[in-house]
Amino acid sequence: MASQPLDFPTAMIEAPTAAADWVMVWPVALALFGAGLLVMLRGQGRLQFGLAMLVIAAIFASNLYLVLRIFEAGPLAMTMGKWLPPFGITFAADMTSAVFALAASAAAMAVAVYAQSELTEREERFGFYPMLLLLLCGVSGSFLTGDIFNLYVWFEVMLISSFGLLILGGRKVQLDGAVKYGFLNLLATTMFLVSIAYLYGLTGTLNLADLIEKSGNIETGPLLAVSLMFLFAFAVKAAAFPANAWLPASYHTPAVAVSAIFGGLLTKVGAYAAIRVLTMAIPASIVHLQPVIVAVAIATLILGPLGALAQTHLRRAVGFLVIGGIGAIFAGFALGTVHGLGGAVFYAVHSMLAITVFYLLAGLIERMTGATDTLSMGGLYGASTPLSILFLIMVFLISGLPPFLGLWPKILLVEGGIRAGNWWLAGALLVNSFLTLIVMSRLWAHIFWRNGPEGERSEQPNPELRRLDRREAGFGLGATAVLMALIVGLGLFPNWLFEASGIAAHDLLSPDRYVDAVFGGERT
Amino acid sequence: MEVALAGLIGLFLSAAAYLMLSKAIIRMLLGVAILGNGVNLLIFTVGRLTPEVPPIVPAGETLPLAGSANPLPQALILTAIVIGFALLSFLLVLGYRAYQELDADNTDTMRIAEPEAAPRPPLSY
Repeated sequence: MASQPLDFPTAMIEAPTAAADWVMVWPVALALFGAGLLVMLRGQGRLQFGLAMLVIAAIFASNLYLVLRIFEAGPLAMTMGKWLPPFGITFAADMTSAVFALAASAAAMAVAVYAQSELTEREERFGFYPMLLLLLCGVSGSFLTGDIFNLYVWFEVMLISSFGLLILGGRKVQLDGAVKYGFLNLLATTMFLVSIAYLYGLTGTLNLADLIEKSGNIETGPLLAVSLMFLFAFAVKAAAFPANAWLPASYHTPAVAVSAIFGGLLTKVGAYAAIRVLTMAIPASIVHLQPVIVAVAIATLILGPLGALAQTHLRRAVGFLVIGGIGAIFAGFALGTVHGLGGAVFYAVHSMLAITVFYLLAGLIERMTGATDTLSMGGLYGASTPLSILFLIMVFLISGLPPFLGLWPKILLVEGGIRAGNWWLAGALLVNSFLTLIVMSRLWAHIFWRNGPEGERSEQPNPELRRLDRREAGFGLGATAVLMALIVGLGLFPNWLFEASGIAAHDLLSPDRYVDAVFGGERT
Repeated sequence: MEVALAGLIGLFLSAAAYLMLSKAIIRMLLGVAILGNGVNLLIFTVGRLTPEVPPIVPAGETLPLAGSANPLPQALILTAIVIGFALLSFLLVLGYRAYQELDADNTDTMRIAEPEAAPRPPLSY
């Protein structure tokens, strides 16, 4: 048949991907493989935890290597099946993707250990660890993919595994939360799919690097419609005001480990996708959308901590603080400058780690006081020194006070706001810190300083307090303290994170290096 | 043809929006099902309807013929159908379990996670 040799100069990728560049698919491949393996071994209670830890540690190591490699060589990309981009599905990692993925795997590791302190055997057998790995797989995939439809698929991987985790245990309150979480998130991803369909209709491509160039040719009307739909979809996923109703309705219902991984990772994926798609791939959209995003960011910044202030349920209050943090990321996204985006990336890393620790701490507090509502808590200051130290650090960390990690991204964001002359945004960021500090110090006063529960007996010792048992102290408090130590360390030596977020912001604003990596330098 | 399909998609999406605004979970589920189908039709339509020439490269040629059908939307729809089916089946079971456990098909009475009579925050401190 093939008697006549055909000349295919550019039909396929001919150079193999460098072995070191394969690192960008490892986080996804390892998690998928590990989850499959753990499902097959679901009867083996002991093995589940060990294997899951091994896989997550390997994912963490590959993400670390990915970050180092991107520092060295700039954005990396590989395209599946040797098809030339934009025809093959591309995986592309720049600094934004890599640091997000790294923070996500660090949070997942702490959660996997913490889960040992509270999971029942039944919950473990029904697949906590496989679903945790699949969740991490969806999150890492969202961060590392370079194809917008593939991004949608990773969103759905994340969504379906989060459904499983949310109802694991099957208590009434979980079903109630899952109904609200399920419908609203499904609606958001469907809106995302609708926007992808229109974008594909307008540009004929799904590759993010290709979209950067082709989205410039869209007329203003369709551009505005498509980017508004994207913004709506991502705002729901990120729980930005006014699309935040599902978060405080569901995040306090599942096991503490599940709350922690949800609060740490899921909303940040929405914020990441908003920045990746709207700022980088459709840069023309930001010009039109900026007033809307600024309004959303300011409202989210202020209403998040105000919501927390009105709550007495501890984990629901944390849920509202998650929303406040999303406001800060959206503030950087709205600014769209090097400072703004750098601050947003930095803040997201801070928020992923800090919120995870916060939920874990809340879980330990619930364990010791036997209550979920702060009205019936009290007296922990005398009962547990390590928990008091950790919570006091948390007060400073989450409000963005020195010398902890939360301060640095806030500085970048406020500086960005002032440089751009956007005083409302800069002011809202400061008001957010102030309100968060009020929330946190009130929680501190109620849970730790007050002797007993709210009411007449508040000055007498709390009779409900109990000590953590060995499993809870070892796995629970241990995991929380180690992750907190990591955060404190990062806060004291934030230089590399400043550098990384600077590179990330630069590559988001002028993604030449990203496009070169995807197209092998043939486009310029 | 595109106009007719666009009208049909509009009909699907408005029916889905109407159903999802209902308080009954079962209607919301029907809304989600219709929404998924509407979106699949949408992807199909935005890929442009050019059914005359199949997207097969003739023997001896290196490129598909001009004006051949776009094969990509079908791959996208196939993915979206599978995902939509999985999520819808999950939500169906969830809706049934919620009906069993919470004894409610009405979202207004589903207030366990967010109780209406939640205590007010203390004014002390």
